[in-house]
Amino acid sequence: MEAAGAGAGAGAGAGCGSGPPLLLSEGEQQCYSELFARCAGAAGGGPAAGPPEAARAAPGAATAAAGPVADLFRASQLPAETLHQITELCGAKRVGYFGLTQFYVALKLIAAAQSGLPVRTESIKCELPLPRFMLSKTDGETRFGNSAELHGTKVQIPYLISEKNTFKRMENEDKQETQSPTMSPLASPPSSPPHYQRVPLSHGYSKLQSSTEQMHAAPYEARQPLVQPEGPSPGNQGAKPLWHQASLTRSFSVERELQDSSSNYPDEPWRITEEQREYYVNQFRSLQPDPSSFISGSVAKNFFTKSKLSIPELSYIWELSDADCDGALTLSEFCAAFHLIVARKNGYPLPEGLPPTLQPEYLQAAFPKPKWDCALFDSYSESMPANQQPHDLNRMEMLSIKDVADFAVPTQDMTGDDKQALRSTTDEVLPNDMSEDSATKSGLLPPPPALPPRPCASQSEQASEAEPHPQLNRAPSQAAESSPTKKDVPYSQPPSKPIRRKLRPENQATENQEPSSTIGGPASAAAVKPHPAVQKQSSKQKKAIQTAIRKNKEANAVLARLNSELQQQLKEVHQERIALENQLEQLRPVTVL
Amino acid sequence: MAVCVAVIAKENYPLYIRSVPTENELKFHYMVHTSLDVVDEKISAMGKTLVDQRELYLGLLYGYVTNSKVKFVMVVDSSNTALRDNEIRSMFRKLHNSYTDVMCNPFYNPGDHIQSRAFDNMVTSMMMQVC
Repeated sequence: MEAAGAGAGAGAGAGCGSGPPLLLSEGEQQCYSELFARCAGAAGGGPAAGPPEAARAAPGAATAAAGPVADLFRASQLPAETLHQITELCGAKRVGYFGLTQFYVALKLIAAAQSGLPVRTESIKCELPLPRFMLSKTDGETRFGNSAELHGTKVQIPYLISEKNTFKRMENEDKQETQSPTMSPLASPPSSPPHYQRVPLSHGYSKLQSSTEQMHAAPYEARQPLVQPEGPSPGNQGAKPLWHQASLTRSFSVERELQDSSSNYPDEPWRITEEQREYYVNQFRSLQPDPSSFISGSVAKNFFTKSKLSIPELSYIWELSDADCDGALTLSEFCAAFHLIVARKNGYPLPEGLPPTLQPEYLQAAFPKPKWDCALFDSYSESMPANQQPHDLNRMEMLSIKDVADFAVPTQDMTGDDKQALRSTTDEVLPNDMSEDSATKSGLLPPPPALPPRPCASQSEQASEAEPHPQLNRAPSQAAESSPTKKDVPYSQPPSKPIRRKLRPENQATENQEPSSTIGGPASAAAVKPHPAVQKQSSKQKKAIQTAIRKNKEANAVLARLNSELQQQLKEVHQERIALENQLEQLRPVTVL
Repeated sequence: MAVCVAVIAKENYPLYIRSVPTENELKFHYMVHTSLDVVDEKISAMGKTLVDQRELYLGLLYGYVTNSKVKFVMVVDSSNTALRDNEIRSMFRKLHNSYTDVMCNPFYNPGDHIQSRAFDNMVTSMMMQVC
């Protein structure tokens, strides 16, 4: 390799005429020679068919065919004029073919251009990261390439050497490279774009979930034996599901059932996991209690603006996710949009089109059940005084037995809240409603304006059993209840959510203190926190529990007061009614006669 | 077969301009401005109109006005086979649909420059038929 490199260096110096001698690092030499062999070997066919033979053949060919070279250059995603410049500079035009030296120089120039350096022969003097070629349409690869250039050369060198294996495999199987980096970021995306590096990513990823700890080793080592047997596949499509399913058995156990059903979707960063889905659904609830209806554009705009992405980006995300272009987001559309926002905040570039795993039909098919589970949970944390009556009926259908038990306790609160809500309607309606409500009280959960803490707490307890992550539980319920007052709370969650998953113990502690300190105002909001915390561990949570208990008591006091006021009003109304009835009776004998 | 496409807002400032050969832009902008006067005339003459077509000397200039007084102007190359009326109308309809999709986006303020990638792609597809 060194001899070839030196020869290439000398040759490049001679070939380019006035250009400086080309110095390639070991990694670069290896990659370039593979690329060259690939293009040379595929003289007759395209690069897709070429690599297997080229990989086995020695790079003895003197020239690389123009066709595959052009394809390769186009795959580098540089604009056409840049590619023309590169071609001219490397001397291919002059000599009329892509010899080894010209090819190497061209690759170096491509790397320079991708790093943002001007395309000149001086650019290739410095050490550059490997040029990135996007051979597929997935964005993990693009992101992968972009990140490589963003961080300069020094940082990348150790990373590149470790990545060489994967890069080599990219030559052989076109879309493998895209799979490995993109699979890990999904579950543990880095906390901020500047930190987007593969090494800490895999660390974070290994801490992520016990079920996926083996991913740390899996992408790089396990795939190698996996890839070789596949050999030259007729098309990328054939290789993808094969590799995909095999690697899935070692990794996302959460998504395994999903993957099996839809094995042709390799867009890992765009796949929504169960917990993410539940989180998104909870957020949807906080904006719009009915799971089957829409979030209007303005509501969604306010919500997404809190994510602090730029308006053009949000506009683009909206375009992608609002599939039917009706100006409103259904649950699936909302999940897709939210997922895109989370991905973008973690540094992923936005895709050109909506990935298949984010299409509404796919999302609806993939996640029918969690939607309803979340429906049960969040139906209790919503407050819609104006629409109480129809919602009562809806929720009656959705309630299960366990909910009835919950609501045996706060029926008194319910009555008070019902009355308060109903006060907005006419007074004549009030007695009727009350009788109706009291009759249905046992099975009914009307959404009270001020949330009684206890049902939410017990409900969240049960819900958190279902959900593996109490933070998610806390976060959405917290968001839901504080939504009338503070809408910025939900958005503390999305950026921190990945961090939470990466470093769970630390963040549990910080989460405990943080919510307890921030939520002072809405008494109901703080109530939910301590109960899911109980289930997990540590004295820090006990402190949170105590603060929450205090707030619960405050809330109880407020509600009791409310209750008494409403009782008073009720009595007065009763008396009025009695008086009116008396009058009516007095008048009646007169009219009858 | 369109050579240039422009979306002009109600107050006659452009929201979006795209042309295939870039050197035509100045000429096109000038044509658009002159055509806007005639378009406005025609609007005020008829009561409610959606389609307003005219031909100009060099190249063909077609105009289209929406209910909200947003005008779509399209310059087509006359050197090719003459475009039928239907095709022009269908192209304007596509433009109109894409424009409404852009409008649906809550992050888009009416009066902003149109920066939607979907819209761009659609316009490019209309224009790339020539090249």
